[in-house]
Amino acid sequence: MASASQHRLRKRLLRVAHLTGLFLAMCVICLPGLWVVLNSFRPTVEIMAKPPVWVPQSLSLDHYRAMFGGAGEGGIPVLTYFRNSLIVSVTSTLIALLVGMAGGYAFARYKFKGKAAMFVALMASRAVPGVALSLPLFIIFGRTGIIDTHFGLILVYVSMNVPFTIWLIDGFFRQVPKELAEAAEIDGCTRWQAFWRVEFPVARAGIASAGIFAFLTSWNEYALASQLTRSANSKTMPVGLLDFTSQFTLNWGGMCALAVLMIIPALALTFLVQKHLIAGLTFGGVKG
Amino acid sequence: MAQVHLKDVVKRYGALDVVHSINLSISEGEFVVLVGPSGCGKSTTLRMVAGLEAISDGEVRIGDRVVNDLPPRERNLAMVFQNYALYPHMTVRENLGFSLKIAKRSQREIDAAVNEAAEILALTPLMDRKPGALSGGQRQRVAMGRAIVRQPDVFLFDEPLSNLDAKLRTQMRVEIKKLHQKVGSTVIYVTHDQIEAMTLADRIVIMRDGHIVQVGTPLEVFERPLNTFVATFIGSPPMNLLSGVIQDGAVVLADGTTIPTPPDLRVAEGRKVSLGIRADNIMPEGHSLPPSAHMAQVEMPVLLTEPLGTETLLFTQLAGTEVQAKMLNPRPVRPGEVLRFGIALDKCHLFDAETGASLRS
Repeated sequence: MASASQHRLRKRLLRVAHLTGLFLAMCVICLPGLWVVLNSFRPTVEIMAKPPVWVPQSLSLDHYRAMFGGAGEGGIPVLTYFRNSLIVSVTSTLIALLVGMAGGYAFARYKFKGKAAMFVALMASRAVPGVALSLPLFIIFGRTGIIDTHFGLILVYVSMNVPFTIWLIDGFFRQVPKELAEAAEIDGCTRWQAFWRVEFPVARAGIASAGIFAFLTSWNEYALASQLTRSANSKTMPVGLLDFTSQFTLNWGGMCALAVLMIIPALALTFLVQKHLIAGLTFGGVKG
Repeated sequence: MAQVHLKDVVKRYGALDVVHSINLSISEGEFVVLVGPSGCGKSTTLRMVAGLEAISDGEVRIGDRVVNDLPPRERNLAMVFQNYALYPHMTVRENLGFSLKIAKRSQREIDAAVNEAAEILALTPLMDRKPGALSGGQRQRVAMGRAIVRQPDVFLFDEPLSNLDAKLRTQMRVEIKKLHQKVGSTVIYVTHDQIEAMTLADRIVIMRDGHIVQVGTPLEVFERPLNTFVATFIGSPPMNLLSGVIQDGAVVLADGTTIPTPPDLRVAEGRKVSLGIRADNIMPEGHSLPPSAHMAQVEMPVLLTEPLGTETLLFTQLAGTEVQAKMLNPRPVRPGEVLRFGIALDKCHLFDAETGASLRS
């Protein structure tokens, strides 16, 4: 009996340790995010205070108000940046998904010459750090006149995302048994119908996750956007953050407020799509 | 319903021929089973008929149409796959009605056809489930339902029962046979299981290495196998083969045991042969069928027994070769016990030792 209760005690202690560990890990991951959100509501004095003020004394929407306000009051063209970000991210994600679906499907289903080499080349292209390309891109874009345009940024993000979406979607199509498409073809579908009516819906979850990754990459990208955008024509939100720095001051509160606005759509999208990410990954149509 | 004709059909992958110039005619309403060990080309042949695999050479005709270059959807077939290939994102009802929906039939027609198929296969209570929520046997039935809804010219089955457990397999075998009797369509059925082939087929096509070895009714291929491959492949347990030489109208085995040749066979003196005896035709005395006109006796030690209830399978040895024999009305047998066995000679087979071809014809 004694050993049984000892056992129970040990189990309980382990559980407490486990939860504490998890809590600490989550703190490390979440604290910066929480700090950003918190700072966006606090007066600058409190943000800059040394030693730091952990528990906020007063909360206000001042930074948000200022951000949306006129130029003289520290305002920036938030809505324009938001629109730019949205146009660039959504368009580049859609294109990357379409190309990724075509490419991923081809890699998953067909045999062709140089397939392995092509795949490795695609993956290797991801190994090149984006910043290393910024100068050549800047020069080429400058010459072709697509600097500071939506088109230029979309082009860059598509090429950044395509290898990744191909790789991800290839993996998901591999999990869809090819008999499904064959059954559909025998049931009267054309090759095209078999894809859209059977293979695509079954792999939908995977394609959605590739979409999220592509969207977040474009939405959050800073290094290249900061080189390739100049004005409110094409500046995206991450680049917009820099508007809060001036020669002598750094408007942390404003920066945090804009960051919060950036996080919201990304978070919302993730929540919307996460159902798809989890569901549908367990296929029941075939038995192995 | 339609006839299916394969004429000199070849499947080639690069320089490798996997199906060598096959000829086969299947009549309307016939149930034909392609059987053979894995890699013999039976599935490839079926897939060529289905249009899922290009035909390298030759001609496939369904009804009076040459279908070589027609896509699967224009061949009016239905196929049941080994892994069922049900659409996981659709309910059973949608799975069953999918082909009709693609064909743009009216909802009334679809409902009628789907409900009828569901009735035949007892799927009615499962109509709103997705395949993931079905058992193996239920999925199998949905796959079959999807096939019959289309009222195709030809049914193709690609090892449809190999994913089921033994009991369910027997059950589904009966259902498939019933279904064929009810629907009466032409069926081409691929399996590696000779029992499935024997029980289901009107005609069995035995394949090996991309060639057709023998075509015949189940009893024909069982009773008159053309060579040792068919003899050992069809029938369970496999036919015993004993090597020997013909001397004075008898087969002399390696250890000197002499067994008279089967009565209706004349074989040249000195020829090397394999004597084929099925387990059903070699039984211990006192535990056998009534003796026929031509019997031979041998004594063999029993090495191992497999009691099956109504009969016991005896693993014995003759001239250094393992021989399986059946014991009716079994009694316990000790390993090592020597029994006297009667061989029904008129049921035995002789094959050429080198080519394996039957010496009967």
